[in-house]
Amino acid sequence: MTKDFVHQTIKKFNSDSYRLLDMLLDIQQEYGYISKDNISVLAGELNQSEADIGQTITFYHFLRSKPQGKYSIYLNNSIVSKMMGMDKIARQFEKESGIKFGEVTKDGQISLHYTSCIGMSDQEPAAIINEKIFTNLTTFRVKEIVLAMRQGKPVESMYCTNFGGGKNSSPLVESVVRNNIRRSGPLLQLNYVPGQVLQNKVSLMSPDEVISEIKDSHLRGRGGAGFPTGLKWQFCRRAKGARKFIFCNADEGEPGTFKDRVLLTEKPEMVFEGMTVAAYAVGAKEGILYLRYEYKYLETYLKQVLQDLHGKNLLGENISGISGFDFDIRIQYGAGAYICGEESSLIESAEGKRGEPRPRPPFPVEKGYLGYPTIVNNVETLCSTVTILQNGANWYRELGTDESTGTKVLSISGDCLYPGIYELEWGFSINDILEMSGAESTQAVQVGGPSGALVPPSQFNRILCYSDLATGGSLIIFNQTRDLLRDVVMNFTEFFVEESCGSCVPCRNIPALLKKKLEKIQAGDGVREDLKEIEEWSNIMQINRCGLGHTAANPVITSLKNFRKLYEALIQKDVNFDSGIDLSAAVAESCEFVDRIPQL
Amino acid sequence: MNNKVNFTIDDKECTSTSDKYIVEAARENGVYIPTLCNYDGVKPAGSCRVCTVKVNKRYLTACTTPIAEGMEIEVNTTDLQDFRNAVVELLFTEGNHFCPACEKSGNCELQALAYKFQIMAPRFPFQFNERYIDASNPKIYHDHNRCILCKRCIRVVKDDKGKSVFAFENRARQIRINFDSKLGEVLTDELAEKAMEVCPVGSILVKGKGFKDPIGTRKFDHTPIDKIVIPEKQNI
Repeated sequence: MTKDFVHQTIKKFNSDSYRLLDMLLDIQQEYGYISKDNISVLAGELNQSEADIGQTITFYHFLRSKPQGKYSIYLNNSIVSKMMGMDKIARQFEKESGIKFGEVTKDGQISLHYTSCIGMSDQEPAAIINEKIFTNLTTFRVKEIVLAMRQGKPVESMYCTNFGGGKNSSPLVESVVRNNIRRSGPLLQLNYVPGQVLQNKVSLMSPDEVISEIKDSHLRGRGGAGFPTGLKWQFCRRAKGARKFIFCNADEGEPGTFKDRVLLTEKPEMVFEGMTVAAYAVGAKEGILYLRYEYKYLETYLKQVLQDLHGKNLLGENISGISGFDFDIRIQYGAGAYICGEESSLIESAEGKRGEPRPRPPFPVEKGYLGYPTIVNNVETLCSTVTILQNGANWYRELGTDESTGTKVLSISGDCLYPGIYELEWGFSINDILEMSGAESTQAVQVGGPSGALVPPSQFNRILCYSDLATGGSLIIFNQTRDLLRDVVMNFTEFFVEESCGSCVPCRNIPALLKKKLEKIQAGDGVREDLKEIEEWSNIMQINRCGLGHTAANPVITSLKNFRKLYEALIQKDVNFDSGIDLSAAVAESCEFVDRIPQL
Repeated sequence: MNNKVNFTIDDKECTSTSDKYIVEAARENGVYIPTLCNYDGVKPAGSCRVCTVKVNKRYLTACTTPIAEGMEIEVNTTDLQDFRNAVVELLFTEGNHFCPACEKSGNCELQALAYKFQIMAPRFPFQFNERYIDASNPKIYHDHNRCILCKRCIRVVKDDKGKSVFAFENRARQIRINFDSKLGEVLTDELAEKAMEVCPVGSILVKGKGFKDPIGTRKFDHTPIDKIVIPEKQNI
C-alpha cells in the first residue's frame, strides 16, 4: 500500500526528477516522514542513487527521514520570539509533553522542534503545528494545546480566538494570524481592482513599452539586493530560450520579515498580476510562485485565487484578449532553508535539489530554471510593477527620493507599541520610524535583518534608501533592557551557523568560530586580540559565493563597529593576548587521567 | 566561435580564447592560480574558494568564471594570498589531518598547497570535530576526518547509468559526504580507483593501495604543486 502511494506520486509529477521536492513533500504529508523504503522507490523510479535522494532530503529543515509526532510543534526561535518570551514557552512545552526539543513522545503523539523565523515577528511567540500557525503563545495556552493533543483533538480546534482580520478570516484560510497593517500606501490600499492593468494598460502596450515604463520608474528589487527591475526584465527578454520562466520569490526568510506574508494574504491577485505582466514583458509562458513552507496555511486560498484568475481570463490562454499571450502559474513549496531566498538557490531548490547557490555567471536571466532564461522577482517588487503600470512611471518617481523611488513595505517588530506592517515612501529616517511605531528608550535597531546592520542611536537620523540604509524591510527594535551581545548578536550568529548551505569553506567555518569568540567574551575570558581576530576573520567572508556568505558575519562585525564599548566592557583589561589554552587545567586533567598528582 | 581575448593578470598583458575559465587562461599564460576543489575536465564547483581572484574589483573564483575581453585580474596580491592561506588553514583546523600518518601524504593537494603557501601554523583554533572512518565497504576506506567537502567525488564518480555514488548529506557544519551503500556494494575496481584518484586528500582510499607508491616517489615529493604540468584537457 505504501508503495502504491509513492508510485502514484511519482506518476503525478511525470517521473520528473526536477519535481523531487514536490514528491518528497507529498510523501511526507501522507506518512509523516520519508522512509528508507520510500527513498528506495524514488531512487529506482527516478534513476538516481539513494544517496542522491538523501542529499535533497537532509538539506531541508522540514523534510524528515524519521517518524515525528502526530502533532509536530515547530516553535520559532528567532530573536523576536525570544524577546517575547519564547524560553518560557519552550520549557512549558517540554514540561507538558515530557520530552525535550528534538524528541518525540513515546506514544508518537507529540514532537518538539525549533525552527528559524516563521514570518510572525509582530505576534510572537509563535509556532507552526501541523502547518497551522499559532501566535501570541502563553504558558497557559501551551497547557491547553498539549492537553488537547493528549485528547487527540484536531489542530484547528485548538485556536481560542477569532480568525485574524482581512483574508485571514476567509473560509479558505481560517487562520488566527493578524495582518497588523499600520500604514498603507499604493500597494496595500484597497482600491486595487484585479486585472485592470492587464486589460486597460498592458493590452495596449508592446512588451518593450512595458519594460521601458518599469525602467523609467527606477524600481529596484525589494528583496534586499536592489537590482533594477526593468533591467532584469530587459536582459531576460533579450536572452534566447525555447522556454522562459517567471518566479515569484515568496521565500522571505530574513528574520524579522513578514511583509510578503501580508501581501500574499491581502493582495495575491496583485502578486499574480505582476508575474503576468513580467511574463508579457519577457515572453514567458510559465510562472512559479516559490512559497516558503511556513506559509503553507495559505495553500487552498492561493490555489482558489489562481483558479478565479483563470475564470476571468487573467491567466491561461490569450490573456485579457491579447492574442497569443498564454501564461500560467503553479505553486512550488520550499521546505525550510533560508538560503533558498537567494535567487540561484531558489532555482536549484525548485529543480528538486539542495538549495546551493550557483556560480555566476551565468546569471538566471540567461540560464535559470532548467537552464532557460528566468526572472526571479520578490513579491513586493511584482506588486510594485502593477502600481507603476496603473499610474505611470512619472507618478511612481514622485514617490520616495530621487534615487530610491516608490514605497517600501516595512516589517517592524521588537520593542515598540505597534509592531506590524508599514508601507512608507523611501526617505524616512530611523527616528521617524521609531516615533511612528511607538518605540521608547531604544538602544538599537537592526535594519535589514541579521544580514543587515545593528544601528546605534547616534545614527538614528540615517535615511532608509538605497544610498544610505538599504533594506529588504526587516526592522527590529531593541530597547535599553536588552543585552545586545548575549541575546541579539548571539542569536543572529547562531542563525547563520545553521543556515549556511555548507559549500564555501569560509561560510561553513567562520560563523561558528565567531560564535565561540562571542561565548569566550561573554564568559569574561576575552582579550584584546579576540576583537582583532573577529575583524580579520570576518573580512574573509567576502570571498564566499553568495549574499548569505558575504553577510553572515554582519551581526558580529556591525555590533563591534557600532557598539564597541559593549565588547570592551566584557574583555579582560590590559590583557592583549592569550594562548587559548589553560595550561594548569590541561595538566590537571591529564594527570587525573593517568592517576598522578600535578606539580605545577 | 572561440574568440581571442585580451586581458591582464597583475598588470601583465595576456591573451587566450573565450572558451576558457580564468584559471585555464592564466595557466596558458604561465600564471599559476591555486585550486583545490577544481578537477580538470569536470564542471567546476567553486566551493573551496582557494582560487579566488579579483576581477574589476570583485572577488570571483577563477575556476568558475569564464575569461572575457578586457578583464583586469589580480591574482597575487597580499590580500588574495592571505585569503587563500585562510582557506587552507580553515580546512586543516576543520578536519583532523595528521599528515605523517596519512596514506596520501605526498600525493595530497591540501598538504601540497600548505607547503606551497609555507603555512607553519593555522591562525584558527583546531575544531577537533568528531568524524569517523567507514571501512564497511569491501573496496574502499572512507575517512571523514580528512574530507574537505570539495565535491569532486560527487561530481566524478558515477555508475554506468549515471547515478552518483557519492552525495552530500545535511547542510551547514553538519554537512558530510555520504557513500551510497547499494552502489558501494557493486562498485567496480575502476570506479574505486577513480574515486581515490579524484579525492585531493586521503579521505577515499582503495584498500590495499594506500602505499602503492612508496613515500619519496610521490607526486609532490620533489615537485611543488604549482610546477606540476597538467595534461591536456580531458572530458570525464
